[in-house]
Amino acid sequence: MTLSRRSLLKMTAATVSLSVALPAFAQAIDELVIAYNVNLPSWDPTVGPSAVNPTIQGIYQSVFDQFILQQPDLSPAPGLLTDWGWNEDRTQVWMDVRQGVKWHDGSDFTAEDVAWSLARVADPATGSPIQFVWGTLANHRVEGNRVIADVVQFDPTIFKWMYFLTGYVLPKAYYERVGADGFEAAPIGTGPYMVEQYERNAFVRLRANPHYWNGVPEFESVTIRFVTDAASRVAEVESGRSHVTLEIPYEEYDRLRAMPALGGVATPISDIAMIFFNDIDVMLDENVRKAAVLAVDKQLIIDRLLSGYGVALSTLETPEYAAYDPTIQVPYDPDQARELLAASGYSTDNPVRFTIQTTRGFKPKDYEMIQAIVGLWRRVGIEAEIEVYEVARHYELRAADQLAPAAFYNWGNSVGDPTTSTGFAMFGPSPHSVWDSQDLIDMIAPLWAEPNEERRIQGWKDVDRYIAEHAYVLPLLQYVQPIIHANGVHVTPHASGALLPHLMTRA
Amino acid sequence: MFLRRFLTRIATTLVTLFGVAVIVFVVIRVVPGDPIAMMLPPGATDADIARLQALYGLDKSIPQQFVIWLGGVLHGDFGTSITTRQPVLGLVLSRLPATLELSIMALVIAVVLGGLMALTGTRLRDTRTEGAIDVANGMALSVPDFLWGLVLILMFGVLWPVFSISGRVSPALVPQFHTDFFLFESVLRLRFDLWLDLVGHMLMPAVALAIPLAAIIGQLLKQSLKETMHLDYVTLARTKGYGENHVITHEALRNAILPTLTLIGVQFTFLIGGTVIIERLFSYEGLGNMAIDAVINRDLPLIQGIVLLFALLFTLVNLCVDLLYAVLNPRLRHA
Repeated sequence: MTLSRRSLLKMTAATVSLSVALPAFAQAIDELVIAYNVNLPSWDPTVGPSAVNPTIQGIYQSVFDQFILQQPDLSPAPGLLTDWGWNEDRTQVWMDVRQGVKWHDGSDFTAEDVAWSLARVADPATGSPIQFVWGTLANHRVEGNRVIADVVQFDPTIFKWMYFLTGYVLPKAYYERVGADGFEAAPIGTGPYMVEQYERNAFVRLRANPHYWNGVPEFESVTIRFVTDAASRVAEVESGRSHVTLEIPYEEYDRLRAMPALGGVATPISDIAMIFFNDIDVMLDENVRKAAVLAVDKQLIIDRLLSGYGVALSTLETPEYAAYDPTIQVPYDPDQARELLAASGYSTDNPVRFTIQTTRGFKPKDYEMIQAIVGLWRRVGIEAEIEVYEVARHYELRAADQLAPAAFYNWGNSVGDPTTSTGFAMFGPSPHSVWDSQDLIDMIAPLWAEPNEERRIQGWKDVDRYIAEHAYVLPLLQYVQPIIHANGVHVTPHASGALLPHLMTRA
Repeated sequence: MFLRRFLTRIATTLVTLFGVAVIVFVVIRVVPGDPIAMMLPPGATDADIARLQALYGLDKSIPQQFVIWLGGVLHGDFGTSITTRQPVLGLVLSRLPATLELSIMALVIAVVLGGLMALTGTRLRDTRTEGAIDVANGMALSVPDFLWGLVLILMFGVLWPVFSISGRVSPALVPQFHTDFFLFESVLRLRFDLWLDLVGHMLMPAVALAIPLAAIIGQLLKQSLKETMHLDYVTLARTKGYGENHVITHEALRNAILPTLTLIGVQFTFLIGGTVIIERLFSYEGLGNMAIDAVINRDLPLIQGIVLLFALLFTLVNLCVDLLYAVLNPRLRHA
């Protein structure tokens, strides 16, 4: 190849023209580009920290199928398993496997893959963080098109975990042939998209799976760029380089969706904001706890700080969760808060003092929310000192039960079951709980193995009511996820918060 | 003499690296943030926690962990990343070229910009142009590099979208190269389309990194040049009839550049450190971007690997500058 100055100039001009032509709001979209808010560290959705990172699940679900399909409203539907259940005495589970499904390499998906995937994550040596759930099943075996496993310990939510964290089906034959490293290098699944190219910390290019059992995705090619900085994601969609993005400040969301070439969807997702109370110091005084709950005007915080994007909560259950009870309401009542504090000898002149811990910038307006709450508390006689820490520190302190009397946190529960919201957050022996009083432990303990679903859900509703009455926790709000998209794309939001390209179509 | 100086520096470099390794290893285990706590699922029991700690070797004491890690490092095994479950050495070496290319491009831009400002300022000293250059220098120094990054994203990413603002290369262009030095290899392979694409992606982050350094270079070099312009040998050159441009570039610059060279060496290490934020801002897949992820996820082996590599880079750059200074400075060369 000979290169003259003229040809170099021509190429430069062509490239610059190409760059300028990149913004393509009005053009038909051939290749969908998504500016994603996190990096994808690992492709195995069943082991390591990535497996329990809710933000990454959208990418995993684009490539891999879960045992059971979860619909955008969080409800389960037949997926790779077409039917499932327990035997009469609940000593076994059975799962019917869909036929005619292909892996991305063209090989047949079989019941062996399901049995192997379940056995693999149940094995402690695999390193699955959810092994304690999968280990409740053993002796996985295939009988025709059905997988059967023995129940070691009855868990009424076992099938819900099959569309929750680590509940993915991996290819037995392929994984055993290429090994863990080979799978990382070239992952395959049965999902709607196939991995075409992956550059760590940069992007992943996906190609539509032409044999996808649930319908071929509309966009043949999808590029997911990992743009971790919110300002850069805004610039990506504003300039037209990316067609879709998520997790941007609400002010930017309102500004961008008002632009003629862009649209937006903002729907509540399964993540909630809450303040843990620890059963130490002044929090042992029920009047103080109740006053701290009653003094917070959640709707005001949503309106003023979150531009109205949020749903005020009185329990740890959102309206989409199975145990949501709309009759449990804790109103904003600063006068009652003052009365309760006065009964314990506190007032604005003699405030009750404690520390509240919070992250800053981990979730939208987290620190600002706590500042506002501290301001509201001050009006009734609570003087809280704010301590900022990283979320990693929160996890460490919570696991060691060493959090301050109050600690802000956000809880995700994309499966919508009460065990994975109220249960693990409020059951003393759980490493995630902060309030450890025996009355609550006694109330919750029988529900873990309650076989009757109706009684189980009602039991959790009763627990939620009891928690609200005794103010063992301060539920704040349900988050709303803002998604900005080019007008050429129609985005179907998923209540789990997962951004799924196969749910996107041309508008 | 020169050889002894060189060997002494190598020895001190090794001691420095060992010290960095010890400090990093201890500090990241003492500071808050337990990687196991971060991956605990709801409902995990004490036994689950203990199992995960054993799996990642975090159940041993810090001295035991350090000895195991150091033994591995001496055999070229820097451990396995907790989040990616890939060997740390491979991960950091695969990202290092991207960061080096970005840093070198930023350095070149800084040297060119700073040099031009210094030469122009010296040539037009005591004029309004020099004043304008000083003001520009002051502005460039006052604004941190990440803010320049945001300004560049707004200007050339949104208002006039000429340059790419995220990534290292367009996903559509798939570089099938043998090395991770895409920029250099694209030239060697005469893939100028790819080279232009790479430059289009790197230019904004490189300029953001370069602006403060260019200001420092410009300020120091101009000051050195102005001082040199009063020396006897410069006056002699003028009396020989050489023009002002010739005097500045051929006579004064040679002596005036020595302190700037030392400064460039020191500042280059800061520039590499600056890539951490800039790479994040521009979603550039370099070592800095990876470092932030590693810290967020408390990926201890990866943090150790990255910091050790950064330390190695810093000490090597300083070593090179020292040696280069010794070569260029006749007083040291003949000492």
